[in-house]
Amino acid sequence: MTQDPILTGRGLVKHYGRVTALDNCDFDLYPGEVLAVIGDNGAGKSSLIKAISGAVQLDAGEIRLEGKPIQFKSPLEARDAGIETVYQTLALSPALSIVDNMFVGREIVKQGPMGRYLRMLDHKKMEAMAREKLSDLGLMTIQNINQAVETLSGGQRQGVAVARAAAFGSKVIIMDEPTAALGVKESRRVLDLIADVKARGMPIVLISHNMPHVFEVADRIHVHRLGKRLCVIDPKAHSMNDAVALMTGAKTPDEAEAA
Amino acid sequence: MTQDSASQDYESSLARSDNNVASFARTHTPIQTIQHVLHGNPTLVPVIVLLVSIAVFGLVAGDRFFSAFNLTLIMQQVSIIGILAAAQTLIILSAGIDLSVAAIMVLMAVIAGKLSVDLGIPAPISVLIALAGGAAAGLMNGLLVTKAKLPPFITTLGTWSIFYALNLWLSGAQSIRSSDIDTAAPFLKFFGNVIEVGGARITFGVILMVLVFVVLWYMLNKTAWGRHVYAVGDDKEAAELAGIRTDRMLISVYALAGLVCAIAAWASIGRVGSISPQAFYEGNLQSITAVVIGGISLFGGRGSILGALFGALIVGVFQSGLRLAGVDVLWQVFAIGWLIIIAVAIDQWIRKVSA
Repeated sequence: MTQDPILTGRGLVKHYGRVTALDNCDFDLYPGEVLAVIGDNGAGKSSLIKAISGAVQLDAGEIRLEGKPIQFKSPLEARDAGIETVYQTLALSPALSIVDNMFVGREIVKQGPMGRYLRMLDHKKMEAMAREKLSDLGLMTIQNINQAVETLSGGQRQGVAVARAAAFGSKVIIMDEPTAALGVKESRRVLDLIADVKARGMPIVLISHNMPHVFEVADRIHVHRLGKRLCVIDPKAHSMNDAVALMTGAKTPDEAEAA
Repeated sequence: MTQDSASQDYESSLARSDNNVASFARTHTPIQTIQHVLHGNPTLVPVIVLLVSIAVFGLVAGDRFFSAFNLTLIMQQVSIIGILAAAQTLIILSAGIDLSVAAIMVLMAVIAGKLSVDLGIPAPISVLIALAGGAAAGLMNGLLVTKAKLPPFITTLGTWSIFYALNLWLSGAQSIRSSDIDTAAPFLKFFGNVIEVGGARITFGVILMVLVFVVLWYMLNKTAWGRHVYAVGDDKEAAELAGIRTDRMLISVYALAGLVCAIAAWASIGRVGSISPQAFYEGNLQSITAVVIGGISLFGGRGSILGALFGALIVGVFQSGLRLAGVDVLWQVFAIGWLIIIAVAIDQWIRKVSA
């Protein structure tokens, strides 16, 4: 790689009681790429992602964003730094509307005295922005932007969560199992979304168990095993079989190179 | 280079597939249509119940019920529980429950009365101290719920007893007499002032109640803070991940509820006249009743605060109507009990709505 990585992790450690979730883990994300993170259940993928997105605090190690060390105490701080996360649970409030969900925590307040003294929200502006972002991503099949998220289908909800991340993420977008709960057709739409977001030059970290999806969109694959980075492989030079063998421990990285 | 054969194509047939994603046959029965409308407008049920009950009691009890005097009397009677219900709504929307609202109110009324009547402190200062005290009591609840991570039910069950005991200790279990308040600090009875128009008697306390609801409605619906209350009550984890500081949010909710209880304390002095440490012992339960009848979900995140106002009014209308119709008090209690059960049953039914 000729470029410097945009996001790096070195020696990341996280314990939950006596369980070691991250054991001296390293991590690199380069500008403009889709980096897939794969690993067996319990390998520590989620802990790695939560550490980067500020949802958990590390016991040791250093994360750098654009070369500067960062330490997030909450997801809010990570967001402010330009790292957006689409969680597996989506982190949407079912009873709130699409607009409310997209702007949770960064609502736009009206100009003028109503906004300054009475903190009145500018609902019109937020609606317009949400509509624009959703149609950018080809998601305007949603009829009413003020409808409650709980009335949407699984794929539409995923779309809202991705649109929220894409709308506000300025440096990195993390997606945790974005296709896990979706059907074939809805998965296709999300993969197209990922390609769209990447086409705008935004680097993406993709966590997935779905090898065809990973091999389709990823530029590099970070194989996570036993709490650390086992190796990084090139999807063009390796088969899905190699990847599965590596993450389950059936092969070592040396054997995979030899093969 | 084996991945081409390894990854079988399974998506090319998608292009020819039916493009209607999950379209369901729209065979809504009239009942389902009603369910959908109510799901979108949870306050509709209490409004309908209120209007129907006013109409029915108007027919049964006649002019004695349907007079301007009686209708405004009902508003006076519900004003204190109404303000407490507004405070209770804030807590319940955040998926909590507050058993201590009435205890905070009575304690703050006793504090204001003692300061002005016994110690001769100017009434406006006593009121300010009581308001600050209410906020502090709410803050204590909020800190216990968020920092000590205790369930709201247990926290406020405990603080209910604590505040009640403090109130008995401060007051010596003695009421402060109305005449003493009149001579020492008439300002404490400010909300007992009345505007009379024809037969209608609107007290300042009633106006205050409406004002409290309007202000809180604005905060809940037109500000980011309010949206966050709903988000936290709906799904706390999701709200946290979406970037809301949930602990800070909940602490502010409990503190504000405490402040509103102290406002109710000031209004209660005007309404009752005297300050009795034993008054409003069931106020916390009555406030929960109003909230539940108002269509606000006990599980948090759903419902409008205006529902609590209508809920309080429904209780008032039932009590007044049944009394004027000559029904024994025990049947009023009986009717309110059924109202609560039916309201929660309707809430459960509405929540089962399928998109």
